[in-house]
Amino acid sequence: MNIHEYQAKELFRSYGVAVPSGVVVDSPEEARRLISEKAGIFSGSSAVYAVKAQIHAGGRGKAGGVKIAKSVSDIPGYVEALLGKTLVTHQTGPEGRLVRKVWIEEGAQIAREFYLSLVLDRSSRRISILASTEGGMEIEEVSAAHPEKILTLSVDPEMGCKSFVGRRVASFLGLPITLYGSFSTLLANLYRFFLDTDCMMVEINPLIQTGDGRLLALDAKVSFDDNALYRQEKVLALRDLFEENELEIEASKHRLNYVKLDGSIACMVNGAGLAMATMDVIALAGGTPANFLDVGGGASKETVEQAFRILLGDPEVKGIFVNIFGGIVRCERIAGGIIAAAKDVKLHVPLVVRLQGTNAKEGREMLRESGLDLQVAEELFEGAQKIVQAVKGAK
Amino acid sequence: MSILVDRSTRVIVQGITGKEGSYHATACREYGTRVLGGVTPGKGGTVHEGFPVWDSVRDAVDAVHPDVSLIFVPPAFAADAILEAADAGVELIVCITEGIPVQDMMRVRRILDIRNEEGETVRLIGPNCPGIITPDGAKIGIMPGYIHKRGKVGVVSRSGTLTYEAVWQLTQLGLGESTCVGIGGDPVRGLNFLDVLALFEKDPETEAIVMIGEIGGDDEERAAAFARAHMTKPVIGFIAGLTAPPGRRMGHAGAIVSGGKGSARDKMKALESYGIIVVDNPSIIGKTVAETLSKGDYRRVPTCH
Repeated sequence: MNIHEYQAKELFRSYGVAVPSGVVVDSPEEARRLISEKAGIFSGSSAVYAVKAQIHAGGRGKAGGVKIAKSVSDIPGYVEALLGKTLVTHQTGPEGRLVRKVWIEEGAQIAREFYLSLVLDRSSRRISILASTEGGMEIEEVSAAHPEKILTLSVDPEMGCKSFVGRRVASFLGLPITLYGSFSTLLANLYRFFLDTDCMMVEINPLIQTGDGRLLALDAKVSFDDNALYRQEKVLALRDLFEENELEIEASKHRLNYVKLDGSIACMVNGAGLAMATMDVIALAGGTPANFLDVGGGASKETVEQAFRILLGDPEVKGIFVNIFGGIVRCERIAGGIIAAAKDVKLHVPLVVRLQGTNAKEGREMLRESGLDLQVAEELFEGAQKIVQAVKGAK
Repeated sequence: MSILVDRSTRVIVQGITGKEGSYHATACREYGTRVLGGVTPGKGGTVHEGFPVWDSVRDAVDAVHPDVSLIFVPPAFAADAILEAADAGVELIVCITEGIPVQDMMRVRRILDIRNEEGETVRLIGPNCPGIITPDGAKIGIMPGYIHKRGKVGVVSRSGTLTYEAVWQLTQLGLGESTCVGIGGDPVRGLNFLDVLALFEKDPETEAIVMIGEIGGDDEERAAAFARAHMTKPVIGFIAGLTAPPGRRMGHAGAIVSGGKGSARDKMKALESYGIIVVDNPSIIGKTVAETLSKGDYRRVPTCH
């Protein structure tokens, strides 16, 4: 699960990681009112403000989602321009993301910019710290062009993020010795935040050293472990459903694991690995997968029916391929579910069902005798070829 | 021969009175596995489905000296259950549970590593996996037993039903399997591809290995590098997720292409460069194994570099 920058900054602040003061607004009127009341950040003498679109995607700056206001009077205009705008960045896909909230913060005097992140690193099976002197740039680009400018070190979970770790990173970044102490504290605080809230990744890009020698997180990106949300009530409260796909939200309500893609052949599969392999086989047969959908081990008539509804809710879908390898799940039950569901949801696109494993023969018989307009397959590739052909024929 | 488990393996089940634990403990026993009982805190001394129940793994160890503990404990308590088994001295722990927080597994794995470094032997399979099976020997997990047939191909995989797909092909072609190990779909787990490949290399019954990977991480690449340097047996590899977009989690917590790393295309290329026979169509895994083994000179020559 991801959160917005302004939410991440509030969490940072509560963990003693310094961030610029700011305020979040969802209308230009609200911005005007706060400015006229000289509320919060508008009470002081700050001359420069950053006005930042809040969406769950990186690359906002390049996409025009960040404006620098040289005076308070410029702020409402920028807020108005950003709100309701659809930002397209390299992380949003071509459809982009609608901006519903804008974060306004005090500008800061930047002496130096750094990159700092903590990630749960599967290779080392530890939390790794990534630091770079090239703040404000895409870390992937730095990694490709100047790998020597990135320091990666992993923290022993038995030991924790001790001062020596902070000193090593501070030294790599070339911080003045006077800032070693505050940097180590910042890093230890971030590590504590990472553990406390079950993060998968925390990224500050850039972390800045200000003109007056303070360390400040100018940006904040955090993602959490979905498996741990059951014990992270406060984090879960920050979930923004507007940032998620409607069909994916609907699917998660029915415990279906669904990810929308941009192809035209939908698939319904039991098991995540087989679901991915099914998408791949659709592509091999010359089609494009419309989704990933794992109906799980306990697929019943109800789950199959819900799955059909979700797949058909995507207007791009031109055909459906059901691929079930019966193990604990018995194929004749799945067949029964498909027959019942197909009648209820009124299928208007070609359907190919491939059943294999436990009671597959009986399941295939049931489907053939159902009178439903569908094709039955025994092998995986055969099924994929059939659905690709059917979709081509229907055009 | 086989690896890790066989007909003599003694098994207990943690979470045996739960719905899943109860169902699968019974199914494993029906397959012929020596399931000696199970653990559910607070139900010690009772009998469930004919299985004796103990309060703790320690009690079970004292009573029946199991080789393996099979875990069906809910995600919030699973890390603790794994550590309980390790602390009681169980040498092979198979954790089926899906959805354990990654940081819990990070701490568990660190502790297991420390114990192994100190000279104990404790292996973990999983979590979020179907388990391990040696056909006609022991089924310790949730896989359907009947699709397997004792034979000469070792199978190691990050996924469940996709493994069944490959196993079914091997069985249909009459090749059969020596042992199948589902190492699980989570980013932090116990045994890895590399560990299992090393075991298969030493097993006289195994003649070829099928390795089924996924997008995310670099465990397949590491295993392939190991194969090039140390293995004489052919390895046939498949990587799921060629069509998965970067940055999206595909069901398994570990199946995500992040920061441009771990894509299926890159993995397949890397595997091929290490001499793994890579198939891009999962429908022909079995056929490819058969073709490989039908060649007289299929043995690899390890090349250290």
